Amino acid sequence: MSDVSIDINKSSREIQEENHNKGEYTTFYDVKTKYKGILSWLLTTDHKRIGLMYLYSLMGFFLVGLTLAFLMRFEMLTPGPTIMDAQEYNSAFTLHGVIMVFLFIIPGIPAVFGNFIMPMQLGAEDVSFPRLNLMSYHLYLIGGFMALGSLIFGGTAIDTGWTFYVPYSLRTGADVILPLMAAFILGFSSILTGLNFVVTMHRMKVKGMGMFDMPLFSWGLYATAWIQVIATPVIGITIVLVVLERAFNFGIFDPALGGDPVLMQHLFWIYSHPAVYIMILPAFGVMSDVIATFSRRQIYGYKAMAISMMAIVFVGYMVWAHHMFTSGMSDFARAMFSFFTFLVGVPTGVKIFNWLATLWRGSIKITVPMFFSLASIFLFSIGGLTGLVLGALSTDVHLHDTYFVVAHFHYVILGGILTMFFAAFHYWFPKMFGRMYNQKVAMFGAIMYFIGVNVLYFPMFIMGYQGMPRRYYDYLPEFQIYHVISTVGSWILITAILTMIINLFYAIKNGRVEKGNYWEAMTMEWEDSPSPPPLLNFEKTPVFRHGPYDYPDFSDEKIEEAK
Amino acid sequence: MSAVSETHDNHHHDHAGHGYGDNSKLYIHIFRDDLGSKVGMWLFLFTEVLLFGGLFFLYFGYRVADPQAFHDAALNLDVMLGAVNTIVLLTSSLTMVLAIVAIQRDSVKLSLFYLAVTIACALTFLVNKYFEWSAKIHHGIYPGSDHVAEMPQGEISFFGLYYLMTGLHTFHVIVGAIIIAVCMVFIVKKHINKDKYIILENSGLYWHLVDLIWIFLFPLFYLLH
Repeated sequence: MSDVSIDINKSSREIQEENHNKGEYTTFYDVKTKYKGILSWLLTTDHKRIGLMYLYSLMGFFLVGLTLAFLMRFEMLTPGPTIMDAQEYNSAFTLHGVIMVFLFIIPGIPAVFGNFIMPMQLGAEDVSFPRLNLMSYHLYLIGGFMALGSLIFGGTAIDTGWTFYVPYSLRTGADVILPLMAAFILGFSSILTGLNFVVTMHRMKVKGMGMFDMPLFSWGLYATAWIQVIATPVIGITIVLVVLERAFNFGIFDPALGGDPVLMQHLFWIYSHPAVYIMILPAFGVMSDVIATFSRRQIYGYKAMAISMMAIVFVGYMVWAHHMFTSGMSDFARAMFSFFTFLVGVPTGVKIFNWLATLWRGSIKITVPMFFSLASIFLFSIGGLTGLVLGALSTDVHLHDTYFVVAHFHYVILGGILTMFFAAFHYWFPKMFGRMYNQKVAMFGAIMYFIGVNVLYFPMFIMGYQGMPRRYYDYLPEFQIYHVISTVGSWILITAILTMIINLFYAIKNGRVEKGNYWEAMTMEWEDSPSPPPLLNFEKTPVFRHGPYDYPDFSDEKIEEAK
Repeated sequence: MSAVSETHDNHHHDHAGHGYGDNSKLYIHIFRDDLGSKVGMWLFLFTEVLLFGGLFFLYFGYRVADPQAFHDAALNLDVMLGAVNTIVLLTSSLTMVLAIVAIQRDSVKLSLFYLAVTIACALTFLVNKYFEWSAKIHHGIYPGSDHVAEMPQGEISFFGLYYLMTGLHTFHVIVGAIIIAVCMVFIVKKHINKDKYIILENSGLYWHLVDLIWIFLFPLFYLLH
């Protein structure tokens, strides 16, 4: 690949078009930048490089969280202390939660694939505010290192659970302030990304593309971005209040000074419930793109899909107190929050049925991303339906704070979101790196992953139902069989994840070179741009020609008509 | 270093988004979208409103729980100082608008003058706040003090919220004053001029928000007895 010779009298677009006419282009990896070496990455404003930096950082933090999860499951192999004591176990589940939630799954798909892919899906050269985008990455890094720093330098690591409920978080001797400030900074980073994406999707679409011409992945990010903007500030102020309360005794949450700890729980969940939609909506978006591509079909009910995501944002903002059914609330409030919880299942159901309807009479090709999507529909449905069990008032009293909740949450997160993170990784890998991974190894990993999630989390439903409380490091002997199965499941799952990650990272340098539209998808990032893309994403200013999923129709009626 | 501008349809905001080439042939891709910047600023203001929203939510909760304590505690605040600060901030919002109008009409000196007045108002506000807070602290009313600990619980919440909300607001006043000072530098250096004043407009929006929040804080703490 040759360097661009630069004529200062020409715009970069003209230069790129000239090179295109000569039959060559420079990828964004090879383009000459103002800074050299590592600084050409750390100080870049290119959304693709920022997306990749997010990818590597996220994977690093993910592995730390995964290690903590492995240790926790290992501890639960036998009753009583196995490899750690109670205090270490409290710190382990807290740090696992903080790292996985704030550093991995919330930034997750939007920060990596949203940054890299979304502007290309719109036919744009970059996001609306590239420097702000870089700033959000820097804030993310600072927050990440603060969170890790408290793990290493903090004395006793934070042991409050990732929810840091008062009054315990005000009284514990562990290091609370550093991880909370980390969460605050990460929240800021999340807000800036969301703000940037909303403006980008309104202002940067290629000429002729309307809101309802965007691929559903972009729609998922749009819905997510709104939640990032409207929910995250609330956790920001909550964190500041807990920190100040702990440092100066303001009397806002401390019951000894007249504060109300339940109000803190409300403020916490006003953000943290919508936060699960920040996690899942981009995953829904990936799912729509992948299923359409590998069924070769127009997504069934495109507008319903887009609108249902916005409906989830709207209704999802009003369900937070279903985390607090046992905390002390009026019966009327509990009934309303339970009602809204059931209501949010409706748009989610619309999406599940529309995906299935898209598959119907499609020309289905089972690739790794497609396998993940199908597995995700299955696993997420289990997670979603058990969520309704917890959303019903009477059953929640029985199941609150048991392993049932843990199983439900992880079926949603690993079954619905991490699957789609890996689906997105496998789907856009050839786009991002211009190379292809070993699909057999990847498929092996994916199947192992599916088995691992079920073996790990299904026994938790049973023991939770029987009364095993969460966050306990010890248990009665009768629960041991479930804990042993679950721990074995964690080994299967971790092996699967490591297999996939090693396979993918090996292929970044050594994979087979694949330059074009590898999956023959119809969205702009595949059709109009080479892989890996040039600096400004497209060699020529792209033209909006057709909707994102205008695959030729192979339904019986159309074939009849053709005859 | 030369820059080549590229015109997009209805995009008129610039950022040095991409630079590539060596230093002798640096190429900067210029892209400008004023409306986009303004939309971004409004979204940011929305997040600010929600940040304070959490505190207003708490104020509402504790006031409903113990209205008598809030009534009693509010009598300790100096309405006069609060009223003066309200007038000062309202004036500063006016001068901010005048500064934007001045730059639109290309009167650089007038614009700088109005911005200087705005900063002066911000400083006046801060000085007032300093005297108000130090009087309170002198009387032993501050979070964690022994005097406060002896108060009824509702009053502890009142003073906790008083320090938090006015404190967070004061922090925003300081940030706003710094932003306006930066705008003045940009005007002198002609980064902000009569064709390109979106930064000043956005700073103005921020300043109005700071003003607006005070408009709510003043009656809630000082006037509602």
